[in-house]
Amino acid sequence: MILNPTGLSAAEIAQAVAARKITALSVTEAALARIRQHDTVLNSFTDVTAERAVGRACAIDAALAAGEKVGPLAGVPFAVKNLFDVKGLSTRAGSRINRDLPPAARDATLIERMEASGAVLVGALNMGEYAYDFTGENVHDGPSRNPHDPTRMSGGSSGGSGSAVGGALVPIALGSDTNGSIRVPSSFCGVFGLKPTYGRLSRARSFPFVASFDHLGPFARSVTDLALAYDAMQGGDADDAACTTRAIEPVTPLFKQGLGDLRVALAGGYFQQNLFAEAKEAVSRVANALDITRTVELPEAARARAAAYVISTVEGASLHLDRLRKRPHDFDPAVRDRLIAGAMIPAPLVDRAQKFRRWYRAQVMELFKTVDVIIAPATPCIAPKLGQATFVLDGVELPVRANIGIHTQPISFIGLPVAAVPVPLEPMPIGVQIIASPWREDIALRVAFALEQMGVAVAPQPRGL
Amino acid sequence: MAADPLDDYIDAVAKALALGIENAWRPAVKANLEVSLRLARMVDDFALPDETEPASIFTA
Repeated sequence: MILNPTGLSAAEIAQAVAARKITALSVTEAALARIRQHDTVLNSFTDVTAERAVGRACAIDAALAAGEKVGPLAGVPFAVKNLFDVKGLSTRAGSRINRDLPPAARDATLIERMEASGAVLVGALNMGEYAYDFTGENVHDGPSRNPHDPTRMSGGSSGGSGSAVGGALVPIALGSDTNGSIRVPSSFCGVFGLKPTYGRLSRARSFPFVASFDHLGPFARSVTDLALAYDAMQGGDADDAACTTRAIEPVTPLFKQGLGDLRVALAGGYFQQNLFAEAKEAVSRVANALDITRTVELPEAARARAAAYVISTVEGASLHLDRLRKRPHDFDPAVRDRLIAGAMIPAPLVDRAQKFRRWYRAQVMELFKTVDVIIAPATPCIAPKLGQATFVLDGVELPVRANIGIHTQPISFIGLPVAAVPVPLEPMPIGVQIIASPWREDIALRVAFALEQMGVAVAPQPRGL
Repeated sequence: MAADPLDDYIDAVAKALALGIENAWRPAVKANLEVSLRLARMVDDFALPDETEPASIFTA
């Protein structure tokens, strides 16, 4: 039987390739054709590595023909946010300035691990400049667009990752999340995203933003595919000082075991404020499906968001200080002006924010003695229109950029693992955060899978293509 | 009208860090700084024990 590779999940592709029902080359060619056909609208790719991908796919097919074993992602096309080093490409990190860097000499660790599992890299993806963004807009490359309505934002800063997976150009993409940059595009583009525990996945050979909060993780159209990618990428790495030395803890054998006696609660207070009706509806659907009766309060969540904001702007400013001196005109002006302001925050205030972080973490860990999972909105709204500067919430006009990540920042601030799941509302999907205690990605994915099985969390087919 | 002390602060820090700020950018830099300082003060207002460790990430 000859399968049509278009529309297959990563798991289905890998199984079909391994069983030689389909070739890795035909899957790769189909993905490249779909990118050519639809990326003129989505603008999710900044680089398509077609020659490399074809070579890699042929090598997998040759290995299979020789009777060799292939990995659990055999022949699965994937793409990466363009802050990952891709051998032979300058790591632009959404910027103009970084295009002057020499081509990367080696792939990022996570690309190496995906390819060691058989996946096929097909390109690098659009993103907000230097990851300081929640919109997916980029002044140098143009915005990546929402696959369900190309007049709307993809979300940032991993906008191309959300757009490419939401548009079914690739079944898996990788992105980064400092304050919400996996969870926000997942929400806007209607896909699953996993921000693992801080330190779980290696960041080696990716361009940083805020060392205290930077995480890398996968996007996919199903929990099964998300888990496959996540498991392929686990493992310590001496090239990332923050990467864990814990043993690999595969989730694939665990996430289908059902909800069991998991204790699930809704995040109250701060997380039930500043929400449009669609965000409330999405959380309500998840709460009803999980039969949640309990609400918990993450103490001082607003202050946690404030501290995350301060640390982000200061560490970002420190990272870019010399570029701000030498090439200020080559930045996106909005990013530049935020970073210059960040350079001016007095040091004691940053130290206090890091001390507050310790306090807040301890309080939230106390909560996790009585619950296993906390549910919260991923974004306050569905994807805004491209270029939209403000929205009106409860009669108050608020800036869009500053408010998109208000519900994600207090969570990544202390590195908790989160699965963002898409709730397929009409006309646009919106995401919900499934939050677990540190190192329990398996629990977040168990709940995500249960919601997927119930039909509550689904990655809708792209409506805008 | 009296000069805003924040303008003097921006001038002084920019000079200390050798950061050039063109007049056209100045209002946006100032607006961003006002937001950042407001949020930083919100954290500053929260009393913490003297023994509180910062949430460092480096381990040797």
